[in-house]
Amino acid sequence: MTKEDFTPPAQREERVHRAQVRFSGGAWSWVIKIVLLGGFDALMVLGLLAAVAKASWVIVAVIAVGTIAVNLIYLPPNRELPGKYLAPGVAFMLIFSVSVMLYTVYVGFTNYGDGHNGSKDDAVLAIQQNNQARVPDSATYKAAVATKNGGGDELWLIVVDPKTGQARAGNNETPLQDASGVTTSSLGAITGADGYTVLDFAAVSTRSSEVSKLAVPLSDKGADGFLHTTTGSQAYVYRSTMAYDEKADTFTDTTGTVYRDSGQGSFVSADGKTIQPGWKVNVGFSNFTAAITNSQVRGPFLKVLVWTFVFAIGSVVSCFALGLILALIFNDSRLRGRRWFRLVMILPYAFPATMMTMVWSGLFNQDFGFINQVLLGGLQVPWLNDGSWAKVAILVVNLWLGFPYQFLVATGALQSLPDDVNEAAEVDGASGWSAFWYIKFPLLMVSLAPLLISTFAFNFNNFNLIYMLTRGGPRFTDTSLDIGSTDILISMVYKVAFGDQGRQYGLGSAFAILIFIIVGVISWIGFRQTRALEDIN
Amino acid sequence: MTDIARRSLLLSGLGLGALGVLSACGGSDSSSSSTPAASGSAGAGTITIWVDSDRAPVLKSAAAQFKKDVGVTVNLVVKDNSKIVPDFITQVPTGKGPDAIICAHDRLGTLVKNGVVAPLELGDTTDQYQDIAIKAFTYQDKIYGVPYSTENLALIRNTKLAPSAVTSWDAMVAAGRKSGAKYPVLVGMDSVQAASPYNLYPFQASFNAPVFKIGADGAYDGTTLGMGDAAGASFATWLAAQQKAKTLNINISNDIAKTSFVSGQSPFFISGPWNLADIKAKKIPYAIEAIPAAGPQAATPFVGVQGFAMSSKSKNTVATQKFIVEYIGNADIQYKLFEAGQRPPANKEAFEKAKSDKDVAAYGAVGAKGVPMPAVPAMDSVWTDWGNAEAAILSGKSADPAATWQKMVTGLQAKIK
Repeated sequence: MTKEDFTPPAQREERVHRAQVRFSGGAWSWVIKIVLLGGFDALMVLGLLAAVAKASWVIVAVIAVGTIAVNLIYLPPNRELPGKYLAPGVAFMLIFSVSVMLYTVYVGFTNYGDGHNGSKDDAVLAIQQNNQARVPDSATYKAAVATKNGGGDELWLIVVDPKTGQARAGNNETPLQDASGVTTSSLGAITGADGYTVLDFAAVSTRSSEVSKLAVPLSDKGADGFLHTTTGSQAYVYRSTMAYDEKADTFTDTTGTVYRDSGQGSFVSADGKTIQPGWKVNVGFSNFTAAITNSQVRGPFLKVLVWTFVFAIGSVVSCFALGLILALIFNDSRLRGRRWFRLVMILPYAFPATMMTMVWSGLFNQDFGFINQVLLGGLQVPWLNDGSWAKVAILVVNLWLGFPYQFLVATGALQSLPDDVNEAAEVDGASGWSAFWYIKFPLLMVSLAPLLISTFAFNFNNFNLIYMLTRGGPRFTDTSLDIGSTDILISMVYKVAFGDQGRQYGLGSAFAILIFIIVGVISWIGFRQTRALEDIN
Repeated sequence: MTDIARRSLLLSGLGLGALGVLSACGGSDSSSSSTPAASGSAGAGTITIWVDSDRAPVLKSAAAQFKKDVGVTVNLVVKDNSKIVPDFITQVPTGKGPDAIICAHDRLGTLVKNGVVAPLELGDTTDQYQDIAIKAFTYQDKIYGVPYSTENLALIRNTKLAPSAVTSWDAMVAAGRKSGAKYPVLVGMDSVQAASPYNLYPFQASFNAPVFKIGADGAYDGTTLGMGDAAGASFATWLAAQQKAKTLNINISNDIAKTSFVSGQSPFFISGPWNLADIKAKKIPYAIEAIPAAGPQAATPFVGVQGFAMSSKSKNTVATQKFIVEYIGNADIQYKLFEAGQRPPANKEAFEKAKSDKDVAAYGAVGAKGVPMPAVPAMDSVWTDWGNAEAAILSGKSADPAATWQKMVTGLQAKIK
């Protein structure tokens, strides 16, 4: 530490005070501050009103607390100086990192996914929509949507009976009754009737949610069905095949089977038949326990877990070993043209990894790939068609992609070692291998070990490589899940959550949380270990 | 914190001005509904439809016509084709999804399972469409979409290498060998050891082993697999024989197959219309014909149908239905959509007109005899297991192909029931 770096406390306080005076005074800075804060507050109030209107009280609370905090931090001069710098960062971290994590945790405890996609209200509505069937071979009625004069705003349906030509009208409560004085346009559309005002298309369109609920019973008997219009100009006879009892919260089909809310997010009959769609509910820990208890998940999950560790550790060790050896070779001043060699060495690092992985996937093709055809002289190595070979292929490709980085950091660390280390080793009688292994290597590890931990964490979640090279295949044959020999945890999570086999966000989120815990614990242990290395200095 | 809470935080940070505008719109909505007779373009509202970039220009003219006729604005949002269905499923429950989307019929099962689409009433217009198109968009007895085009595989024959048409797989292989080309026949596989159940299906169908049993009503029974038993076993044995004879190769990807065909390395190529542009560019003389059968029955390909489906939470169902049923179903629009995408139109009248293009006529003729790709939600899990079993046989790893096949069928049956 040099002399200039040291400042006595009293002097430092004075300097801070001077800075405070200098950077906070001024009428202009006040004007700018108030305008900006005012604009921000106005936006927040707008948001608050919108949230209150929708009765989203959580959002109201978040906006209110956030706005007050921002004002307290920025308005008073110089009170919360560190806060002024921290606040934007903290806000963005809360929005983009913490909230995403909290949401993932929340989803991990639900059955969100295909078949359990929305709210219960949506599901009930969809079931009702899906179970209205047009009576087969029934006639098409000419129809118009109207309001009754003096009858308020309520919608009525006017139709012309295709058999008798008699005009009839009705609404949700009133079964069809005769109407008179129907007038039609040249195209045959109903334009008016005695006592009714027919709505034009624009009006029907703006009230389409009411129109879609308009179901006019044909008679007092519900079994006859009801008339319903979809476009406002034609109506058809429908019958409900699934009746919803709002009070009992059950559906009953035409055979009398009753479907009840199972508590698992769907309506289920006594003999186990489920109506689709279901809805999203909290399922507790069942997504987490599925990894251990569900035999379809457990076996593959454990295999994937083991391979993930093999892959991550194997990649770190192989890339680091190769990178370090090359760094040692090219660090030797006796080697000529080493600058050019170094340039060539980092080339794989300069190409986009995703693209190169796809090129490698072509190179590994069993019949047409360069590796079998040219390098191995027509040997039929099933690189990507066999589980073990696919694992080898992945490690080879990751070595190619990963060693330049290790080479770069090892070169950097080597060059930062003072030359007197070498001299001291020589004086002590150590040379060659032992000088490297007992003197240089531990010194290198001080700066490189934390990088190896981050490389491990990166490879642990190296989704691009796996997905682009093998898509996790070849698949396991003992499970119906789309998981294969080269899947690592993160590619498995992707396939579970977004894959071709139906999306299971809940299960995927639960797995993601498990991965987070595993990587977190390993990194924590790793960083603790590296502290021991620092004692060497 | 809930989804909504998170999104609102973002919103409040990034620009609540938009919310203000939205709420202002909400206000005017309610005032216009209190005076329902008020007409004119302003009061009739807006509907939003997600479309892909190829279809958008054609639909724009239909939307302009719709606006002129009934005063409702159609807001066309161009989205990446592969994003439309997944985004639709996640956004409809939030109430912020579009009123309708363009989609392929095989996603229908998933859409219904998630409760995001509403049945449509095509009224008496169903017979304006090709039977297979309506059948494809019918799910559990209800029609969920207005079809606009069909798409299927056929045999593309290099007329220079193989001057005469073939009627069976064996004849095709013999003609292929006689031609002296590198490959007797090309069937592309999906990349990375997955086989291709879609490309191989016509041959499987010729052994009378459909994926699902077809019920009396002509619809798939999504709970009973039809590809097990003796028929499936004979197909599996046939597959293994082709692997031994090197007529089918798991390592020939779709790309390798196309490249080989356009460079004249094979007289026969099982392909959809999507490769025609490349074939024409290389000036390969070709004919499009029915796929020759490998088994005792006809080799019927899967037919994919594209169409428009309506959201179950659409706020303007009347206008949405009117637009997609009456305007997109219209023969002129369907013909224009054909011109944009070169796929046979679903509307019969438009299809007759499009037949002047001999490629379309040929593909349409093959497709008319095909079966719609199953749309049941179980299909998603079927594809992977099915391809996996085929891959095991085609890579020569399976000692007993029939047993491998039966194991796949049994496993799937347990999963989908």
